[in-house]
Amino acid sequence: MTKVKRDPRNRIRRSFGSRLFDGINIILLVLLAITCIYPFWDTLVVSFSSLKSYLSTSVHLWPSEWSFEGYQFMISNADLWTSYANSIFITVVGTVINLIVTVMAAYVLSKKDLKGHRVLTFLAVFTMMFSGGIIPTYIVVKDLHLMNTLWSMILPTAITTSYLIIMRNFFFDLPHELEESAMLDGCTEVGVLFRIILPISRPSMITIALFYAVDHWNDFFSAILYIMDNSKWPLQLFLRSMLFETEASYSSSASLFLLGQPMKMAAIMMAIIPIMLMFPFFQKYFAKGILMGAVKG
Amino acid sequence: MAAATVRRPPAKKKEGVAGFFRYLWKHKYMYLMLVPAIAFYVIFCYVPMYGATMAFKDFNPMMGIWDSPWVGFEHFEQLFALDKFYSVLWNTISISVIRLIFGFPFPIIVALMLNEVRSKKLKQGIQTAIYIPNFISWVVLGGIMVNLLSTDSGIVNGIIKAFGFEPIGFLADDRYFVGTMVVSMIWKTFGYNTIIYLAALTAVDPQLYEAATVDGAGRWKQLFHITLPCIMSTIVVMFIMRIGSLMQAGFEQIFVLYNPGVYGVADIIDTYVYRIGLQEGKFELAAAVGLFKSVINFVLIIIANKIARMAGEEGVY
Repeated sequence: MTKVKRDPRNRIRRSFGSRLFDGINIILLVLLAITCIYPFWDTLVVSFSSLKSYLSTSVHLWPSEWSFEGYQFMISNADLWTSYANSIFITVVGTVINLIVTVMAAYVLSKKDLKGHRVLTFLAVFTMMFSGGIIPTYIVVKDLHLMNTLWSMILPTAITTSYLIIMRNFFFDLPHELEESAMLDGCTEVGVLFRIILPISRPSMITIALFYAVDHWNDFFSAILYIMDNSKWPLQLFLRSMLFETEASYSSSASLFLLGQPMKMAAIMMAIIPIMLMFPFFQKYFAKGILMGAVKG
Repeated sequence: MAAATVRRPPAKKKEGVAGFFRYLWKHKYMYLMLVPAIAFYVIFCYVPMYGATMAFKDFNPMMGIWDSPWVGFEHFEQLFALDKFYSVLWNTISISVIRLIFGFPFPIIVALMLNEVRSKKLKQGIQTAIYIPNFISWVVLGGIMVNLLSTDSGIVNGIIKAFGFEPIGFLADDRYFVGTMVVSMIWKTFGYNTIIYLAALTAVDPQLYEAATVDGAGRWKQLFHITLPCIMSTIVVMFIMRIGSLMQAGFEQIFVLYNPGVYGVADIIDTYVYRIGLQEGKFELAAAVGLFKSVINFVLIIIANKIARMAGEEGVY
């Protein structure tokens, strides 16, 4: 057997009790992981099941009778695609704006010798501790005529302060020699940001971008406050009306009701597919991203 | 914000205002890069903070917040006379506190358990699995919960029935609703918090463990004398953050899942503000509730931070 690098805790021969502990520990953790995965698996299985096979059992490990009716119905539903397009617009445009505004501000605020950085950082952090509340913000959005536009879901969330602080802390920790030598070579402060800082900050920028993107995709709160027209609904509002108000308010409710749970689960699957596609990137950058700024303010 | 700085020129230096502008000009691109962020904070954070003064005014949409006449504490008096107010306040606090008691230690325990797993692959796999729910919206999770908790075809009631008990209406019965909210909230967020603690755990110097093992300390002793003290500052920061959001009982989750049948236990400050403010149009009353909440929140953060400092930790600011 080849010798692998081992945990130092492993070197001393472990007792029976210690091994028993490890066994139980792993079993508990695996069970915990299953409780986090199973709900999504159940959803996936139900989405491919016929209504009859869905109702026949309460444990859905595999469709006993396959059916694609749920997906067929959802794919032919124009409202779904409208809301999909709205959500994609909000997510893409919103994330680009988030990233530009956040990175620029974080970089400037990370300059310890720049006058005013302390005050400005405090004013940003203060907004995490105290806010005007839902109604005053609503009135601002209304006065800016953003009501019932997709911009109402982009501009009021242009910065998430905790991400700004994470990014600033990351810039803090970059070695200063890099910037100094670039400045000596005649690079300006702004030039340093674009030529030196941004290229080496890619992993953390991607992490922040992913966070912002997920927040936009899942944003339900802004939508419920600011969006009225069905044609401007983001996906989350469409889903809510589908999943929770089917009988009451949805236009073609009769056919929806007949399709029932499998169709609802198909809608859910379609809403989380983009997030699932982002997951490998999370895997790659997430731990690093968390490490870089941790939660310190 | 720049204007505020102008009013207090650096008097001790001889350059005065002109020197200040010269400094600004020299670093103009740096300050220019701040403009979008400053605009955002002013418009969407500080203007609403000013707007919160409408809680003390007779708000007239035509006149705007500035010109609307002051009425003092009228709206607060009205609010404090409402039984409903005490009920939503109680609901908010009880949901938050139950969540804190069970939800706060949970990710710490899971992180410590994961830290004992030696197989890297298994550890990575479990980590990934447990943080998935964090990235899914409450609308979707709500739909999934309805599916899993359904009394006819949900797995949870399936198991309950298999043991011969009556199925439980987790989302419809007001005796179970709060518990369901708390458990599902913990379920959604614990994975993410676990990762934060794990990140702190990887920073612990392995030599400490080695030395302790040589000295004959068992795994439990190592846990209490090395691991926990090393991640204490992270735990404290996380705790202050939790205290700071104690008045945040989870609008999206409850808004998606509640129904008039469970309003008695499920109506929290935010859902109440939404209903009276935006659906019934009582802006000032809703703003008063919102302001009340913000002030309590603020005081809680200050207190938590103070206590952390007195205990010798750094705090969050």
